[in-house]
Amino acid sequence: MLKKNKNKFELTGWSMVIISAAFILFFSYVPMIQAFILSLKTGKGANLEFNGFANYIRMFHDKTFWTTISNTLIYAVIQIPVMTLLALLIAVLLNDPGLRLRGIYRTCIFLPCVTSMVSYSILFKNLFAVDGLVNQMLMKFGIIEKAIPFVLHENWAKAVIIIALIWRYTGYYMIFYLSALQNIDKSVYEAAKMDGANFVQTFYKITLPLLKPIVFLTSIMGLNSTLQLFDEVVNLTRGGPGDATRTISQYIYDLSFNYVPSYGYSAAVSYVVLLLIVIITIIQKRIMREKG
Amino acid sequence: MTNMKGRKIAYFFKNLFLIVVSFISIFPFYWMIAGATNDSKDITMGKLTFGTSLMKNITNAFEKVNLWNAFLNSAYLAIVITVLSLLICSVAGYGFVMFKSRRKEILFMILIASMMVPFAAKIIPMFRMFANLKLLNNYWAIILPAIGSPFLIFFFRQNSESFPRETIQAARVDGCSEYQIFFRIYMPMMKSTYAAAGIFAFMGSWNNYMWPLIALQSNNKFTLPLMVSNLAAEFTPDYGMVMVGIILSTIPTIIVFFCLQKAFVEGMVGSVK
Repeated sequence: MLKKNKNKFELTGWSMVIISAAFILFFSYVPMIQAFILSLKTGKGANLEFNGFANYIRMFHDKTFWTTISNTLIYAVIQIPVMTLLALLIAVLLNDPGLRLRGIYRTCIFLPCVTSMVSYSILFKNLFAVDGLVNQMLMKFGIIEKAIPFVLHENWAKAVIIIALIWRYTGYYMIFYLSALQNIDKSVYEAAKMDGANFVQTFYKITLPLLKPIVFLTSIMGLNSTLQLFDEVVNLTRGGPGDATRTISQYIYDLSFNYVPSYGYSAAVSYVVLLLIVIITIIQKRIMREKG
Repeated sequence: MTNMKGRKIAYFFKNLFLIVVSFISIFPFYWMIAGATNDSKDITMGKLTFGTSLMKNITNAFEKVNLWNAFLNSAYLAIVITVLSLLICSVAGYGFVMFKSRRKEILFMILIASMMVPFAAKIIPMFRMFANLKLLNNYWAIILPAIGSPFLIFFFRQNSESFPRETIQAARVDGCSEYQIFFRIYMPMMKSTYAAAGIFAFMGSWNNYMWPLIALQSNNKFTLPLMVSNLAAEFTPDYGMVMVGIILSTIPTIIVFFCLQKAFVEGMVGSVK
């Protein structure tokens, strides 16, 4: 009798988790395994034959592959530190209870998060157009004499993408830091004040060390999402001029659906991204464990 | 006295900085609203004031390209996906906590590990899978892969840990079945968790771009991001219409944000708890 009850209990538990598990196995693990098998095959369209690691070797000589990888890393290396510092600064300023309009500031700065990736990319493309608002303002105030063709220039186009990313995500990261700051014991700051520490000293000696874990965590998160960057670049620059702003995710998409389809090679490139993300996640997990 | 003055100056610069940042943050919102009232040409020329073309832009957007249809498509998908994924993932999160066993823990780890798989690594096999199932250009191709979300399972599991076991025991003594406990007791008590998770699921579906771009092919099936992206990619885009599209795609999320601010922030930020 008791054993029968226990079995029934176990069965109920499994019935609760099994549907979601089936969905994830079917739409995550099955495609992942298929992609790996595909990455070992070469050929055009549907005519594919096994060819060992030829696709992985091809990558080493593929200039576009290296361009898209380095573009993606450039975005990450510039965007993440700039955004982190900005978000930290804002969070520290907003953490001051004496600040009268802090609620309004916080809401305003968080608001860019509600826009969809496609929408804000188009807004930025529009604002940074040759005769767009940014150029007009810069000329009006005499900062530049001739309009800058922002999205048509290799480096400016990258800069616009980074500016757009910073615009949308700074508020999001700021919220993480703000909630971490609110957990810091107030007496630490009072003690520092008694010792005559100024704002900059307090920031470097107290705030930053205490926020180190969360800063690290958000950097990893940012790296993870920037490695998968797609929507913004497609809608801002289409990857151009040339391949100057193309990201690795975009290259995978193009290899499968825009160029002459080479599914095998595309799958191999996607496995490189997968590998990078797995490595990053393992580092993140290890750090989290040390912290916890 | 000088200290007092110094503090006042610091307070002033602090506010100035925050005002500038806030202004930059909300300016694009003003820009899209002003843009929707202007001609395409005025928008590209950077006209900052309101114009008189609002009705024309809306009529164009709804009649020429049927943005309204795209809005309804996006809303339909987002609602179906949110309801289904919330239901299935919350049961799973609950099951992983209340019926804990070693085997289930291993399964949970496997499911969570799938969060690492970048979407780009799945697009070709998924495209071929749905092509074989003859489900391309069909909403099932969008809905099915979105139902099982490892993050939502994780989120519900995390939040179920603190659910009072005594309540469940009491209900069992009263003769409730396990599923009755889940639907009649757990669900109503976990409203705020559902709100945060719902916002997360809704935003994901509402903003989804890459997979619908691959899986949907006909104009009348397009979601709002696809439609707006296509309009803006034309050789001479009608920016007035595009701005109407951008506003349409921002309204639902902004309403949710202002009505459920706390749940919204938690849904967006909860991933790191």
